[in-house]
Order: sequence, then C-alpha cells, then structure tokens
Amino acid sequence: MRLESRAQAIAYRDQCLENIAQETCRILICGGTGCLAGGAGVLYQKFMKLVEGTDTRVQIGAEIAHLGVHKSGCHGFCEMGPLVRIEPYHFLYLKVQPEDCEEIFRETVLGGRPVERLMYHQEDKIYPTQEEIPFYARQTRVVLEHCGHIDAEHIDAAIAAGAYEAFAKALFTMTSEEIIKVVSDSGLRGRGGAGFPTGKKWSQVARQAEKTRYVVCNGDEGDPGAFMDRSIMEGDPHRMIEGMMIAAVATGAQEGYIYVRAEYPLAVERLKMAIAQAEELGMLGDHILGTDFSFHLHINRGAGAFVCGEGSALTGSIEGNRGMPRVKPPRTVEQGLWGKPTVLNNVETYANVPMIIMRGAEWFRSIGTEGSPGTKAFALTGNVCNTGLIEVPMGTTLREIVFDIGGGIKDGGTFKAVQTGGPSGGCLTKEHLDEPLDFESIKKFGSIIGSGGLVVMDNHTCMVEVARFFMSFTQRESCGKCVPCREGTKRMLEILERIVAGKGEEDDLYMLDEIGNMIKNMALCGLGKSAPLPVLSTMRYFREEYEEHIFQHKCRAHVCTAMQKYVIDPDLCKGCTKCARNCPVGAISGKVKEPHRIDSDKCIKCGACMSSCNFKAISVEA
Amino acid sequence: MGKIIIDGMEVEFTNEKNLLTIIKKAGIDIPTLCYIDELSTVGDCRMCTVEDDKGRMFASCSEEPRDGMVIFTNTRRLRKYRKLIIELLLAAHCQDCNTCSKNGDCRLQHMARRYGIMNVRFSDYRERLPQDHSSPSIIRDPNKCILCGNCVRVCEELEGIGAINFSKRGSEARVTPAFGKSIAETDCVGCGQCRVFCPTGAISIHHHRSWVWDALEDPELRVVAQVAPAVRVALGDAFEIPEGENVMGRIVNVLHRMGFDEVYDTTYGADLTIVEETKEFLERIESGKNLPLLTSCCPAWVKFVGEQFPEFIDNVSTCRSPQGMQSATVKEYFRDPANNPDGRKTVMVSIMPCTAKKMEKERENSYTRGEKDTDYVITSMELIEMITTSGIDFKNLDPEASDIPFGFGSGGGVIFGVSGGVTEAVLRNLTEGHSKEVLHNIVISGVRSDSAVREFTVNYKGTDLNICVVSGLAKARQIMEQVRSGEKKFHFIEVMACPGGCIMGGGQPIKIGRPHVQNRQEGIYRSDKMASVKKCGDNPMVLSLYGGFLKGKEHLLLHNSKFCAKNFR
Amino acid sequence: MLDQSYYDKTDEIIAVYGRKPSSLIPIMHDIQDTYRYLPGELLTYVAGQIGITEAKAYSVATFYENFSFEPKGKYVIKVCDGTACHVRKSTPVREYLCKELKLDDNKHTTDDLMFTVETVSCLGACGLAPALMVNDAVYSKMTPEKAADMLQDLRGREQKEQEGGSEE
Repeated sequence: MRLESRAQAIAYRDQCLENIAQETCRILICGGTGCLAGGAGVLYQKFMKLVEGTDTRVQIGAEIAHLGVHKSGCHGFCEMGPLVRIEPYHFLYLKVQPEDCEEIFRETVLGGRPVERLMYHQEDKIYPTQEEIPFYARQTRVVLEHCGHIDAEHIDAAIAAGAYEAFAKALFTMTSEEIIKVVSDSGLRGRGGAGFPTGKKWSQVARQAEKTRYVVCNGDEGDPGAFMDRSIMEGDPHRMIEGMMIAAVATGAQEGYIYVRAEYPLAVERLKMAIAQAEELGMLGDHILGTDFSFHLHINRGAGAFVCGEGSALTGSIEGNRGMPRVKPPRTVEQGLWGKPTVLNNVETYANVPMIIMRGAEWFRSIGTEGSPGTKAFALTGNVCNTGLIEVPMGTTLREIVFDIGGGIKDGGTFKAVQTGGPSGGCLTKEHLDEPLDFESIKKFGSIIGSGGLVVMDNHTCMVEVARFFMSFTQRESCGKCVPCREGTKRMLEILERIVAGKGEEDDLYMLDEIGNMIKNMALCGLGKSAPLPVLSTMRYFREEYEEHIFQHKCRAHVCTAMQKYVIDPDLCKGCTKCARNCPVGAISGKVKEPHRIDSDKCIKCGACMSSCNFKAISVEA
Repeated sequence: MGKIIIDGMEVEFTNEKNLLTIIKKAGIDIPTLCYIDELSTVGDCRMCTVEDDKGRMFASCSEEPRDGMVIFTNTRRLRKYRKLIIELLLAAHCQDCNTCSKNGDCRLQHMARRYGIMNVRFSDYRERLPQDHSSPSIIRDPNKCILCGNCVRVCEELEGIGAINFSKRGSEARVTPAFGKSIAETDCVGCGQCRVFCPTGAISIHHHRSWVWDALEDPELRVVAQVAPAVRVALGDAFEIPEGENVMGRIVNVLHRMGFDEVYDTTYGADLTIVEETKEFLERIESGKNLPLLTSCCPAWVKFVGEQFPEFIDNVSTCRSPQGMQSATVKEYFRDPANNPDGRKTVMVSIMPCTAKKMEKERENSYTRGEKDTDYVITSMELIEMITTSGIDFKNLDPEASDIPFGFGSGGGVIFGVSGGVTEAVLRNLTEGHSKEVLHNIVISGVRSDSAVREFTVNYKGTDLNICVVSGLAKARQIMEQVRSGEKKFHFIEVMACPGGCIMGGGQPIKIGRPHVQNRQEGIYRSDKMASVKKCGDNPMVLSLYGGFLKGKEHLLLHNSKFCAKNFR
Repeated sequence: MLDQSYYDKTDEIIAVYGRKPSSLIPIMHDIQDTYRYLPGELLTYVAGQIGITEAKAYSVATFYENFSFEPKGKYVIKVCDGTACHVRKSTPVREYLCKELKLDDNKHTTDDLMFTVETVSCLGACGLAPALMVNDAVYSKMTPEKAADMLQDLRGREQKEQEGGSEE
C-alpha cells in the first residue's frame, strides 16, 4: 500500500501499533552481527519451529497471548551474546544456546516464568530485566532506544515505535528555516569525529545559489574499534533514514546516498530492506505522502579504504573515483557530491535528528554538557569486562564508563589507558579517569572523541606496540596523495617497528616527534593531520615505555617478543636435555644432568623449550 | 579585493584565485612541486604551506585570499617542515643525480639545495622498477617519480588522453599505465607534455643524439639538417639569450660547425604544406566532401584522430607534415646524381620542438621509395645538449643563412610554430594580395588569440568558412565530439596537441606559464615580420621546385597514400 | 582469454547501473561477487563501456583493497586486526591460518583456490574480538584452536558437497 497523506500515515501507524499489540508475547532474538556470529540465526530458526508447533495464540496463566518471533538489532551487550529478549517481561537471556530454546519456550513463553540461569548475574545477584543490568542501567539510551527492542527487518515495527513521525512533522508543519533553527538550537554536533555543528552545516547548504543538492550519509565507519554506526544501520535503519529525509526537507535535496563500508554486509542488507519497504509505503520516492517533496535514496558499498571516511574522499568514491581527499575550499557544503552543495553527516548524527524534531531543542540540550549536548554512543572494547555498544550523556566520566558500565578491567588486570578516536585519536590515562568526556575536554588531552571507539588497555598492553599498530594501520590506509602522510607515516612506522624489535636508536624519539609534528601541520586532510596523534599521545603519556624499549630493551607488558629473554632456572633444571633437543636453532647448550643455558643471541623466542620442559625451569624475562 | 600582509609587507590583491598567486606576485618564490596554474589544484606536495598570525598552517595553493590576512612564508617551523618533506621525497627517490637527464634542471634537486639538505636519514624502501623505453618519444623512469601527479593531470586535463594514472595507494602508489603496460601499448600520442611538467627526471625525452654524432663523423654520409620554426625562439633559453629571440642564424652556424653538410629550414616544408593543403581545402569545399578538413601537421593529433575518432580518418588532410614533405623532397633531390656527384648517402636529421615527431618518422607512410624520409629526429633539448658537448660558444656565434634550395621559407611557414599559424598561412594563401592591410585583416579575423579554442568565420569568395583553431587535445576532443554530434559544423579545424602550439612542444626547454608562451609567440610573429615573403605560395624557391623536379611527383613526395597513425615500429 | 559468457554477464551488470563513470565501483563489486575476482579483461571492457580510460579504471580498482585481479578462494577468510582484536590477540590466529594453509604476506590464496586469507582493518565486531569473517559470516572470539576447528568444518563441508556432487 502507498500512503498518500499525513492522515493516512497516522492511521497506518495506529494500525501497526494495533498489530503489534496483538502479539502479547514477543521473542526478540538479537540479529546484530555479534549475536549472529554467536549463533543467533540458529536460535531464530529454533524458536520459529517451536512457535509453528503450537497455536500462535497460547494460554499464559489466565491470559491468551499472541506469539511473535523477531530478529532485532544489536542490543549492544555483545560480550554476552547471543541475546534473547522476551516481552512483555523485559527478560534478557544471555549466551543462549540452541539447547536452551525449549526451556525458554516452555518456561517463559508458555509459562511466564523466568529462566534464572540465563540471566545476568553479578555477585550472586540476579538481574532479570535488561533495564536492571548495571551495563544498561547506567546508560542513557536515546539514539539506541529501539536498537534491540524492535524488529529490525520490518518497517511496521519501526513505525509503531514512532518512525517517520518527526519527518511528517517537519514536512507538514515546519519551514526549512524552522527545521534548521531547531537543529542549530539543539547544539547537535557531528558524531563522526570533528564535532562540527550540524545546524550550521545545513544552513550553509541551504543558502547556496545552486539548487541541486545532495544529502549523504557517511556509514564508512572505518576506525578500528568502532561499531556504533553499524549497530544503528543494522538495528534501527529507519531512524537514520528519517534523519536524512529531514535534512533533505531542510536543504531542498531530492537525492540521498548512504555510503556503507564493505565490511558491513548485514548493514547493507538491512538498509536495502528498509529503503525498499519505505518506498513501497511511499515514504521514499516521488511525491512523498502526497506532497511535492520527492526523495530518492541510494546505497553505495565501500570497497575497502579507510580514507573514504573523509568527506571529500567519500563523495569522490561515490562518483566512481579513487577515494582521495581533495583540497578545500571549496568545501563539501559548497561543492560536494558531483560538485553540488552537499549535506554530509554520519549515521549517528542523522539518527539524533528525528527526536530533536519531535522533542525540541531544549530537551536535547538538557542532556549532556553545555558545549556538547546530547548523548554519544561508544563502542567499549578491549580489556574490559563488559564490551559492547553503549550510549551515555556527553560529559560522562571515563571512570563511569570503564568501571561502572564496563565492569572494570578483565581478568584482574590493572587499568592503563583508553584509546579514543581510533587511529586519529590518542589515549587517556589514569589521570583522566574523572574527566568528563566531551568534544572540548578530550581535545585538551591530545585526543579526540572521533567516531566513538573506546579501547580499554591494561597492564598487559604495550603502549609502544599499540602506537606501532595504529601507525601500521594509517600507513597502510594512507591514500598516498600528499607527501607528509604518504612518506611520513611510512618512516614513523619504520622507526616504531625498529623500536619494538629492540633495535631502537637514540635519535628515534626525536625523529618521531619531528616527523609527527610535520604531518600534523602539513598533511592535506583531517585524517592525515591526525595520523601521528596515537604516537604523539603515547609519547606524551608513556614516554618511559618508549625509553625502556630503546635503552633497556625492556617491554614491561611482555608483549614485544624481541625484548623477551628466555632463561633456565639452574635450580629447577635437571639437565634432561629435552629443551636442547627441541630447540630449532640450537641455542641451548649444557651437559646431561647439569643445568642448561640459553644463548639469547641465537634464541628466536619461539617458546618450544618452555613448552617442552617438564620441570617448569624455563621462564621469560621481560 | 583587499590587502594581505605577507611577511610584514602589504600586498594588494584583486581576483587572484589563490594565496599562492598573490605570494608570487609579491616577488616571493614560494616553493611548490605540484602547483601549475593551467592544471587543477591538488595540494599534494604541501611545500607551499604558509603560517598565519595565529600559528595556523595551510597550503597557499588552495587557500582563498581574504582581506586582512597576515601570512608568513618563511618561518622556522616552515623551513623545518619543508626541509623534512624534501628529505622524505629524496629518500623515496633514486638519487643517481649525476647520471640523470634532469641533472641541474631538476626541481627536486633545486629544492634540496634551497633548503640545505646535507644528508638523507632514511633509506629508499621502494623496489627498483625497470625504465620504460617503449615509446619513441619519451622514457619513463618510475624510480625518479615523486608522485606529484603533474603528468597524470597534464595527460588527462590538457591532452584528454589519460594514458597514465596512479595505481594502488599510500607508499605503494605509483604512476603507471593500466596493468603496468608499457607506454607504447597505451593511447599515448607522444606529445611529451608530461615531460614538460615533470619536476624530476621521471619522464624524459627519448634521445637520439649519439646516432647523429656518429653520422656526422661518417665520411660516406651527407648529413642534412632541417630546423623547425619553433626551435629558433626557444633554443636561446639555454644560452642566456633573451626569451623569444630568434636564434636561427646561430643555429645554422653551429650546425655547420658541427659538421652538417647542409642546413635547411623546415619553413620551406611548411610552405609546401600550405600550397598543397590550400589546394586540398579548395577541392573539398568544391566537392563538399570530407569536411571539416583536419590538419595533419601535428603527429600527436593525427594519432589521436586515428584512435579516438576513427570515423574522421578521411577528413584528415592527406598532406604530409612539413617535416615529412621537407625530408622526402630533400632526399629525392639528392637521389638525382646531378645533385649528388659523389654519390653519398643522405641522412636527414630533423631538429624539432616535438617528441611526437620521433614517432611520426617511424610511421609506415614516412617512407618514400622504400627509404625512410627522416633518419633522426632530435628535439631542441637534444640540440642544446649537443651544442654544450661541442663546447661551441653559441651565444656569441655570428648568424649564418641556411642553405639553398631548401633553406628559404616564407613568413607563413614560420608562423607554423604557434597555434593558429597553419590556419593563418592558409588564409593568406587563399586571399588575394599581400598588402599590410590584407595581412592585418587576417590577423584580426580571430585566428590569433590567447584562448585554446578559437572559432571564427571568414568569407571566401562569397562562402562563409567556419574555422576552428585548437591547441591541447583535451579541447580538441570536446570540439570533435561537438562535430560528431552535429552540434557544430566547421570547414577547417587546425589542431596542435601542445597548448600554444609547437613553441610549447614537448621537446623544448621547459618554460611553464603564460608569459613564456607570449615571449615565444612574439618571437615567431617578429620573425614573420622580418620575412620578405609572407605567403607560402609566393616563395620563389617553392615555385621553382613545382616548375622543376617536383613536377608529377607531388603525390609521391608530399602526400600520404594511406592514413597511418599508429603503425610505427 | 575469457569466453563470451563473461562479457554477456558483464553487459547485464552494466545495464543495472548504467553506462556512466560513477557506475564503475558498483560494477566492479558485482563482477567480483560473481567471479570471486575482477578479471583484468573485463575491467578494460567496462572502462570502454562506461566512458573512462583504462588507466583510470585500473587506478580506481587498485586503490580499493577489495578488488583483486587474482582469483580468490572459495572461502575468503578475513582476519580482523582492528584495535580491539589486536589487543585481544588476533595475530596468533592469522599466523596459525597462514601456517596451516601455507600462505604468507605475498601469497594469499591456496593453490586449490579453496581459501584466501586476508587481514582487514576492522570488521566492526569488536565485542567479539578477536573476530574473523568467512565470506559473509562472522566468527567470534577466535583462538588458533578455534580456527583449526573452523578449517576442519569448512573442509568437511567442502568434502560433503563434492560427494553430493558425484552422486548426482
């Protein structure tokens, strides 16, 4: 069916709500990438079978319930996946295996009783509902409010949850100026990295003389350690599409492009479904809801280039070119895609828009901080107990995120640092734990919020090796256009590789600093300018680790194998000769029944001796 | 409009498109390796970065000038960073400067000296790649490439060919034809403009000097030279002679001293071309067939038509190029024992501003009676090197006149060196009389202008002739597409591949920018003024030839029996 | 030389996206999805059809990591080396796979064209670190041991398919 007016849209929403209300018991299987990888697809099949075997109307206690089985988007609690949520009880079952399905079905779906062993436990306390679990209880889920709670593959579920109401409000009751004013007043800033005011961007596009304009969504979430946008695209695609449509109404665009990175096939699939369903309803296409407003949305798959996250590289890629940033001016708002004025925001930014339109700028400003209103989704990963996707108000402290939501450091390690902003960011350390996370404060410490990856590092993480890792990433992903980034990152990587290989030289820190600052100031694009940040930041906060590597050949985290030294404890060694026979390079010598010795010059640190020793006489010194 | 403070100096600006231009205008040679006015701005090298009063740094090539800006172009930080950039470039560049064709002329080398780089702290990580000698026109040495992309942009934006492009990315990026093919396997037309814009020795002229030296020493050979019009206004650049000065007299002298038996002037061949091409043009107007007539002087353009617009092959003039006519005629002349009593074999050395001529001479239709018309083509650059090798003080040589009968050319032949010259010479030949007024009327018809495309109409005996003059194949492609679609109709289209014409040819001393084009242009027009015969058809030596041994051989010597663009060996 | 069917298929793909330069990347994606690689001859053909130079098409194709002129394996294993995976030890997993399949930094595909091992920057499955992807399926919390099981599983699947094929 096709909706021809706002009234029809409202009526359709009521009908969707009614249909959904029919399902008084709903099984929501998390269909996010994480849970699918953990076998959520099998769970879905299994529940479908179980439901098929019964009448979809079943007796629960005294009531009749209609059963529904759905694939939702990502709940964010990936560490505990696969997740199954049962409504109306809000029960959240963790790490569900196929063999658990029957029990869940029998006990909860048919019986209305909890299966406690599948619920979240902490210190002997059971948390039956999702909302009570500390991981969620401390979050403010606004952008992600529906992720995991609605069926991600059917537009009806999104519409029942309020999708496209804000768009209709904007289309029928607001002028372009009014929309832009609300967005400007809300103080919404781009969630993709730089934090540029969204309203300002839109107004710049709106005032261009050229009337052909484009709305582009940057879904090329390339930062390693970040998957916020992925979760939104997979879990609540209509919210983001709606944000783009509102941008289109505000700026008079008729054509939109979503650029999704190649590594996100599920996101592409869900977006395709969402667009097709919206088109069928007449929410996308020509004469939307019977008005003169037309909007067509296209999906572009990336092809494996991190640099396409940069605006001009992204539009270049859509045009069929190498994804290389170009010089500015002209800026994207003036001459973006096909040389036309272009609104380019990322997924999370667009996903913020509908509720700003619905609830107003004041409401949005009531969340977060003065300079950075609203919430921010973060991908909390690394050596933290609860990894996953979280959403907190801007200005939340690092301590709350890592310890309260994240549950602290995994496996009893000690907190060392959090890497923010991926390869364009830097690290925050113990001294920053109580600092609020927002655009301004984090910048002071030499890092950026970036797209929102938070990688927690503990005492088992070598900061020099981390710096090498990021440099190897940026070096590999450099487009090669400007000299500072192309040649500079290559040389910085060379130096870092030398340091972690135990061949660091006295001048190396000076050289890293010199090249790093040159790139920061001279590179062409934002990604290039920020490429040396992970190195400069770790050199600032963990300089002693660098110095230990270079001067003492020591890696305190025991990560850099070149620094390791295998030694035989003469008191424990029985002289059985097994290690010497196992050594592939003949580095071990000694007479039978006498303690053996390892020649560290010959040793290749393969560990064969250690695993062969029956007396635990061999150990590794850092 | 406004004022900018550059290094403490107030500089006014009007509508300059970027800060770099204003800085240059202020008399500061801001360093750059990739900025070229005629091409798109890419901002790759970052050398032109400047600092403002707030300590912000940005590349001046891509910065919009704003009133009240305060800019510093030479701060401690800038020097340090620029130096590092050059050091990084040098490190990823094979540094065999002593044996490089660009030695002393290389912009990278120049920058290294300018920023005082005394050592390079990094080793070259790049794998050595083979040079590409497949093209008769240019040699590509990827090891010297600094990835500024000038060649890529020139080939695409000025020449509309796109034979080469970047491959891969990051530190693995290289400039290469598709799939690592050789240049000869691409649509390269050999114009050599990439070599003009290459800041290093990564693209150089495929030189043939040593063959010429060998020939000069061989007593069995009669070594004959022909010198193209454009050479005479550019060669002086290498010898501290004012730009654009006609040094033909000195060239003749130096060639004689080097041992050339005869030194001829290609303007003679140009005169022959105009006589033949005018005839052909009139025939086509008469018959209405194969219009527009496309000129055939520029070998790069001829190859371009053959490959990109094959349906227009029959429109290309059947006339050989001036080089082709000159060589064929000279060789035929010496085939006559009366003119060659000692029976020496004639070797024709063609001195050209052009790298594509090296390709043209190899074409199947550059042969007459089974013999190659032109034996060697050397460019202006190669002649400069030969003069330097000989040690002759070129600057202070006395001028000499070229030899007869093939050393006398008209003004119409000389102006072949500039874009529009062929057309102007044709128009002169079509027009009655040669008074100042007649010539002036032709000049103001629209044939001379600064724009790369000139479209104008002249009236010939009551018929309006639509004429188009183009330089740069990218523009030519646009015109040809309009012709193909029927959007535009012309009777005559002159195309020169090099922007500005042969004076800016791929084999000339490197000069980039409008003022240099003008200097050379003016040099050519001055030479025209000095010529006693203005119209090609009035050249008495040409007329006597038609009356003499050329009789009945016009087709054999002056025309191509079949179109042949690509088939060089 | 590719047979005509390749060109016919390519024509179909071009028809979907239109003969315009901006169709290049989607067309290359579809060709690669179809043949598991991007045959160079087809790239040249596409360039001619959509009106760009061969050098440009080659330039774009080599810029992006996804396109390969070499045939890839039936199972493309993308080992994630994103930050989260890296700090949770993805390197041993990749090393195991390479060793087991006799691959290295220069050789990414097994001789029987069954497996290709690639390193990718981030799969965005950081909660499952270390993760890898086989074609479109993500495998979570990998260790060399789990990678061994995975290979065995894939090989088993392959064997079954072949046996199934011979019965037909």
